[in-house]
Parts: sequence; structure tokens; C-alpha cells
Amino acid sequence: MTKQQAISVTTPMTQDLPKEKFDELETFIDQMETTKGALIEILHKAQNLFGYLPRDVQLFVARKLGIPGAEVYGVVSFYSYFTTKPRGKYTISCCMGTACFVRGADKIIERLKEILGIESNEITEDGLFTLIDVRCIGACGLAPIVKVDEKVYGRVKEEELEDIINTYRLLEGKK
Amino acid sequence: MEGIRTHILVCGGTGCMASESEKVIKNLGLILKAREYKEEVKIVQTGCFGFCEQGPIVKIEPDDVFYVRVSPKDAKDIIDEHVIKGRIVERLLYKEPSNENTINKQEDIPFYKKQLRIALRNCGLINPEDIYEYIALGGYEALGKALTEMTKDAVLDEVKKSGLRGRGGGGFPTGLKWEITKKQESDVKFIICNADEGDPGAFMDRSILEGDPHAVLEAMAIGAYVIGADKGIIYIRAEYPLAIERLNIALKQARDVGLLGKNIFGTNFNFDIDIKFGAGAFVCGEETALINSCEGKRGEPNYKPPYPAEKGYWGHPTCVNNVETFANITAIINRGAQWFASIGTEKSKGTKVFALAGKINNVGLVEVPMGITLREIIYDIGGGIQGGRKFKALQTGGPSGGVLTEDNLDTKIDYDSLIEIGSMMGSGGMIVMDEKDNMVNIAKFYLEFTMDESCGRCTPCRIGTKRMYEILNKITSKKGTMADLDALKQLCYMIKDSSLCGLGQTAPNPVISTMKHFWHEYLAFIKDVDHPQGEGKYVPKNKIGIKS
Repeated sequence: MTKQQAISVTTPMTQDLPKEKFDELETFIDQMETTKGALIEILHKAQNLFGYLPRDVQLFVARKLGIPGAEVYGVVSFYSYFTTKPRGKYTISCCMGTACFVRGADKIIERLKEILGIESNEITEDGLFTLIDVRCIGACGLAPIVKVDEKVYGRVKEEELEDIINTYRLLEGKK
Repeated sequence: MEGIRTHILVCGGTGCMASESEKVIKNLGLILKAREYKEEVKIVQTGCFGFCEQGPIVKIEPDDVFYVRVSPKDAKDIIDEHVIKGRIVERLLYKEPSNENTINKQEDIPFYKKQLRIALRNCGLINPEDIYEYIALGGYEALGKALTEMTKDAVLDEVKKSGLRGRGGGGFPTGLKWEITKKQESDVKFIICNADEGDPGAFMDRSILEGDPHAVLEAMAIGAYVIGADKGIIYIRAEYPLAIERLNIALKQARDVGLLGKNIFGTNFNFDIDIKFGAGAFVCGEETALINSCEGKRGEPNYKPPYPAEKGYWGHPTCVNNVETFANITAIINRGAQWFASIGTEKSKGTKVFALAGKINNVGLVEVPMGITLREIIYDIGGGIQGGRKFKALQTGGPSGGVLTEDNLDTKIDYDSLIEIGSMMGSGGMIVMDEKDNMVNIAKFYLEFTMDESCGRCTPCRIGTKRMYEILNKITSKKGTMADLDALKQLCYMIKDSSLCGLGQTAPNPVISTMKHFWHEYLAFIKDVDHPQGEGKYVPKNKIGIKS
């Protein structure tokens, strides 16, 4: 492994991201027995903390581990679980597994895009929703499936989608 | 357990939990408490029963009554009527779709009749979060037997004689893999459990880990003993939170009672297991890519040889086996290779778990002996096609497999016969399609998947799948020509022959097999358009139209 670089890794590079979270991430890394082969584990932790992996967080991890930022970015961009964009308050996951697909998931996601006015992996203007297409949640008996955070809506029909989304809008007093 | 007269088993698999099985458990508990029956009735949250279509499932033991689609408000009737008064709640019983007859017992339901559960033996039976329930059913006996009564060679011999082949899809003989790793001279070796189930629509590995995690841990320890490893890794998708949670509980319990750690069973065998998380990459199911990902790198495959058995995790000999493969090991050690080899076909022994999904009545997880026909799986176990429509095709092997048609329904399935008819066993996804599905769209769906998941390391796969997808898109938006079909065909064989790893080599399979069986659907897209430059004959619009 390369030698650690002599750059202060404790100062956040922008003020937008909370310092406490960087501190927590640093403690997490410091407490690891070895950081050899632990990059993915660290990124999981970082994404849990920040909700996403912006450039500054990636650079922080890179400098902390003494590896090039490109290596971190290479891993982040390789895996679909990692995201470099912030998420909305609610994440709407539309299952695009084969079982859901043959039961009409393609129409479901199109309708969701229409209602929300965004493409997948985008965030709505009011910051409430992020829409993502996911590969098989594994509840194929309930296909097609839409998940809002951890709440699962099984056997959904196109016409129910508006109501589902409105429930959350109401919760936020935005409708 | 003294004084417990009734056990209420409630399915705690992901599918059932998505339809509120946790609330069912909560309500059952509250009502039991209110009626003061807590001392004699026990609620157990089990792993997946497999019958996901009818979830949440509740089973009452020892009465052997099987309730389906139980909602939280049904809890009251189950306790008041069944548990207290001993009257079966008729409306919650399974009804046969054909004649509306109700069925009480699990084994009488057609869905379970033809199944033989080896890998899934404890799923839906024990509480996966309690090691003692696993031990009570003979758990860790196989490890004890292997460590104290059998030499490494004897264990290896047993696994080899059983004829067990890798359940992840490739079908490589497990015993042989162990033997190759065992032969390597090295102080440090690893055994890895591949739980990166990437095939969309397949969930057998997850169900095993959720329902019977100790079976995998025990088998990994046995494998480690044989090959001479003292460290194991379970590589699991981060998308499986419940399986991860149950694995962590199982690992802690096994360590607490000394079944993992130092001097297991008083021998000088030491073994422990780490969990590593995947982060969503289909290609990581390939073993060299998986090892790269375990090392915290991009999950790109390497050239083979050297095989992981020679040079794997951090350059040490490494044996990678699939979850379902491991789940068979303890049964083989306990009941003998001969018993295992008596099940199945000549070259494929034992059973296979399939995730049955799509346009079928009984979606769920089924474990059947090798050599069963597809017809039996689809019509007897699966209960036929939804809405009484006509069967059109079946995709096995996920994005790497091919479609099978009506003509193949009576083929006895095993690793070799499936390859012969142009598909593959794969990890066990089985997606049923009916007459309403357009096969070109299905092929396009799979191509979109492999294109997304191509790791980008080798050119044929990275660029080839993209080009294939573009052509398919052109065809389905009715702008394609006969020349496009030719180009598509050529691309298929080019990618198949020149890709580095299994992902690329199998990526064109859905296109090749749909072209073979449903050529007319491709043609229909082309001839449906007034397309003078196409080689296809000019046909007025909508004459040979096909519903898309």
C-alpha cells in the first residue's frame, strides 16, 4: 500500500457537509483492524452516514487510506449500490427484475416518471422523492413491486401509483 | 420447551414480510397474551416456506394445518378459533384453484407434493435466529462427525461420490473443486461462499440464508477442514438486509457456543468466517470478479488460469462455492453419498432449487429432484399459467440462459439436458411467459440488463452488448431492417466467442434462443413497417402485425 499523504485529512473540503460525519467516518476507519481490502466496506459506511458519496467524501476516503482518488472513484462508479447524487427524502424503488417485468413493471416505472416528472436516479424539485429502478427485491410473489423506503407495495397497478405518492406528499403538507 | 402444546410457525421470509407477516406475529402475540395462553403456545418466526404467492403463511404444529394469505386481522380467529377451541379456520385454508376444495395439510397441497427438500429442509421449520433449534434437528452433527470420526480424505471422498455439482450455474463437480484446492501447497487458504445472487428473479440463496443460515456456516467449516483453510468469507449482496442480519446472528451464536473459533469440537481445527458486502454488480457472481470485489476493488474478472483454487484471495488458494451447494453438504455427510447419489439423473445428482416466477399461478421457491420434467414444475407444482392463458415460453438461467418452448416441456431437466436444448441450469431462476409476452421485448429486457452490468473490461462485451441493445431497440420501435437482423446474429456469435468471462460469453443467449424459436416475432416487427430498403418483402402495414 502507498504511504499516507501529508495532507490534512480532517478538514472538510467544503462547508456543506457536516464535520461530525467526517469525524465518525474517520473513527470508523481508525478502528478497523486493517484497511487492506476494506475500501468497499468503508464506502458502505460513508454512504450510510452521508446518504451519498460526493466528491469530497471520496477524496476524504482516498487520502485517509493513502490511495489515489481515482481508485476510490473507480470503485464507486463500478457498483450500482453507490450513488454520487443526494437522495430525496423518500426513495421510491421500482423493481425491474424479470418477474416484475413480465408482470408489467415497465409500465409502472413509466407512470412513476410521469407522475414525478423525473427520470430514474433523479430527485424531484421539491427534494421529496428519488426514483430508482432496482434489480429484483426478491418478493416475486408480489410482482410488480414498488417500494417507498422500506414500505413494500405489492401487486401494484398503474392507477394506484398517484394515490401512493400523494400519501407521502400529504404527509409533508405539500398537496 | 416444557408445557408448550402448540407452535405457531409464521413465515419471516422477505416475500411474506413484505405482506405484513411481522404484524401478524405481533397481533398473534398480543392476543395470546390477552387470552393468557402465552405459557403453552409459542410463536416461531421461520424462514421462507417457498409458497410466496400465498403469503404470509402460518402453520400450526402439531396439528399440521397450513394457513395462507393471513392478514394481521386474521390473528384473532387463529388464536380464538384454532388454538383455543381447536376449530380450523376454513376461510384461511388453501383452496385448489381448479375445484375450490380446501386443503389442510402442507404436504397435500399440489405445490409441495412433488418437491423434495434437501437444501431447503429447515426453511419454514425452524427459527433461523436460534442455533439450538438448528442443533435440535441434527445441526452441526455433520461437522462433528467430519472432525472427530473422518479424515479429510474420507470427507472429500464422500462429497465426490455424492456427485454434487456446483449449484451456482456452472455445474462444476464440488468434490473436484475441493480436491484441487486441497492439493495446493500453502499455509494460507480460503473458502468463500458466493451469496451474490445477481440473476433478477432468483432468490433461492437469499431464502436459504434467511431460513437456515447455520446450514451454510456448518458446510463452510466442513469444506475448510477438507481443503485446509482456517478462514472463510461470505460474499453477500448489500441488497439483502434480512439475510445479512440473520447471518450475523448465526455467526455470533456459533462463536458463542464454540462451533466457530479455535479448537472446534476439541480438535486442533480452527475456523472463523467474515462477511463481505457486495455493492450491486452482476458480474461479481463470477468467481475471479468476486474475489477482486472481496479485496475491495472493482469487481472485474481475471483471465483464467490461474484458477482461484491455485491463486485466489490475495493470491492464496481459494475455494468458491455457492450457497445452495453448501446447503447440500451437511445432508451428504449425515446421510451418506449413496443416498444423495440415488436422487436425480445419471450425471446430475440430488435436487435443485428453482425460483418460479412470472405468469404462473404459484410463484415461489421449489426444490425438486433433478430429472423432473418442466411440465411437472409448471403445471403440477406451479399450478399452470395465470388467468388460464396459454404457456408460451420459459426462461431458465436468467440473463445468461435461453428460452424454452412448449416442445421442451417433457425434457427431463438436469445440467446437461438444459444445455442440449439451448438453455442452461443457471442459478435457478425460472420465469414463465404466456401468450401475451412478446419475446423480442423479453430479449431486449435481458440485453438491457447485461449491457448495464457489463463491467467494461473486455471490448466485445462492453461495446457488443451496447450495439446489440441498440439494434433490438431499433427493431422494437419498428425501424429495423433485415440487415439489422443479420448484424444482430453476427454480433451474437462474435460476443459469445470472444468475451473474457461468463457474463459476456452468455449475454447473447436470450437473443440467440428467441431468434431460434420465435423468429417470426422478429420478422413481424420488421415487416410491420413500410420499409423499402429492407430485404424483407414489402407488406402493407398491420397485415402481419403482432401485438407488442
